[in-house]
Amino acid sequence: MSELMSLSDAVAATVRDGDTVAMEGFTHLIPMAAGHEVIRQRRKDLTLIRMTPDIIYDQLVGMGCASKLVFSWAGNPGVGSLHRLRDAIENAWPNPVTYLEHSHAAMANAYEAGAAWLPCAIFRGYIGADLPKVNPTIKHIDCPFTGEKLAAIPSIRPDVAVIHAQKADRAGNVFLEGIVGVQKQVVLAAKRALVTVEEVVEDFGPRSLNATILPSWTVTAIAHVPGGAHPSYAQGYYTRDNAYYKAWDAIARDRDGFLSWMKTNVLDSGPQAFETQRQRLAAGAGR
Amino acid sequence: MPDYTSSEMMTVAASRALRPTDVCFVGIGQPSAACNLARLTHAPEITLIYESGTIATKPNVLPLSIGDGELCETALTTVSVPEMFRYWLQGGRITVGFLGGAQIDKYANLNTTVVGPYDKPKVRLPGGGGAPEIATSCGEIFIIMAQGKRGFVDKLDFVTSLGHGSGGDERERLGVRTKGPTKLITDLCIFEPDPETREMTVTSIHPGVSRDQIDDNTGWKVAYAAKVAETPPPTAIELEALRALYARTKKAHGDQA
Repeated sequence: MSELMSLSDAVAATVRDGDTVAMEGFTHLIPMAAGHEVIRQRRKDLTLIRMTPDIIYDQLVGMGCASKLVFSWAGNPGVGSLHRLRDAIENAWPNPVTYLEHSHAAMANAYEAGAAWLPCAIFRGYIGADLPKVNPTIKHIDCPFTGEKLAAIPSIRPDVAVIHAQKADRAGNVFLEGIVGVQKQVVLAAKRALVTVEEVVEDFGPRSLNATILPSWTVTAIAHVPGGAHPSYAQGYYTRDNAYYKAWDAIARDRDGFLSWMKTNVLDSGPQAFETQRQRLAAGAGR
Repeated sequence: MPDYTSSEMMTVAASRALRPTDVCFVGIGQPSAACNLARLTHAPEITLIYESGTIATKPNVLPLSIGDGELCETALTTVSVPEMFRYWLQGGRITVGFLGGAQIDKYANLNTTVVGPYDKPKVRLPGGGGAPEIATSCGEIFIIMAQGKRGFVDKLDFVTSLGHGSGGDERERLGVRTKGPTKLITDLCIFEPDPETREMTVTSIHPGVSRDQIDDNTGWKVAYAAKVAETPPPTAIELEALRALYARTKKAHGDQA
């Protein structure tokens, strides 16, 4: 059964040094506030899995929380490079980071295989591409029925899944909608799951009969963090802060500038900063 | 002087390649502009799909990311990312995939992964994202890329996604049943694959562009079709729709650039 707790308690209860952690959210509902709390608690030696590392992993990598990355597209969407991530890969700053690189199709399949408790994902992929030459976890199998050669990669079974969602109810169930990415898959694939939410309600009320809901017994810890996905967005609550994504480029370019920004905005700050951003951007979502 | 830029010519030429019946897998940036221009001009019925899971989306402004709220709000339906890649892309439901890249070779193989050696990159690029499987699962591929010697290279540093491989019937030999890149649209001209060698060959040159200009901006010896057309310039309707789309987008994103 999930337990409602403060963000700091929720991270302390679920994320340990050396863990394999997947913080997901495909451009929408990115668990940024949870990422900040992991940085404040100075977690080390994490293997960070995420299809699109985005600003959230640029910050975790730049602050020395990671020793390994698994990803399929590492950029600042619509803007350019993730400078901290590149500095770690190219110059081992602040520490060496190894990485395994996949395609989106591969990772989406691997999360689904993880949720299904299968050892591997099988799909029609990587044909004529060079990634199998540089990623030793990409293998091939022959279909036992047709003989077709198919790509196979290990399923993703993280120690911890971290996601952000719109709502939790008092019983600890979680509701999300909009672009739902791989969030359901990653929660069901993980040993433990931490979910931050925009609001906690008595009851979800009227909804589609097929709404995406994670029952309480699939989630470990829930923290109420309004605005917790900023600068990504929460459908129905606030819009994406595109200006922030653009501004991040200059902040992350320089090591000292990055560290001083992180001290002010993350280390010496807390989840309440996300509430301020939410209020500023809520008008754009008609709230 | 024409009353349009070479970049506008490229986007307009790319949009014209799309048919109203197409189901199109759209990438962010130039492909997204071209696909939405097609929807706003000659192909209002076109189905646009973004890899974030949004199907038949009709954004009023261009998204900055592949999963902006605008895409979801204006979509017919939104599915999960595993469903998008498994049922819709791998399932063969997409007629055209639109790709761009940092580097391309004469067989339209693309690199968006790394410049220099993989282990010791000169420039680390974002990586493949959806491209490796888009390149082989969509019915055909259109590529849009501004032309220049840095991007149009004789040999790729890394093959992120398959075009026509080393030419000829390589796709078929690899077991791929889709057509691969059938059009490469640049700011100077349009290339299409030679039916035999599959080398990308110039079939149409944009107004005011010379063959020397094309040769000087390409890292391999460019092949020209026996009959090369002149691309019709953008019409007033196309230019107006494209500029209005960019203006709405700039306003919506609070862009000072």
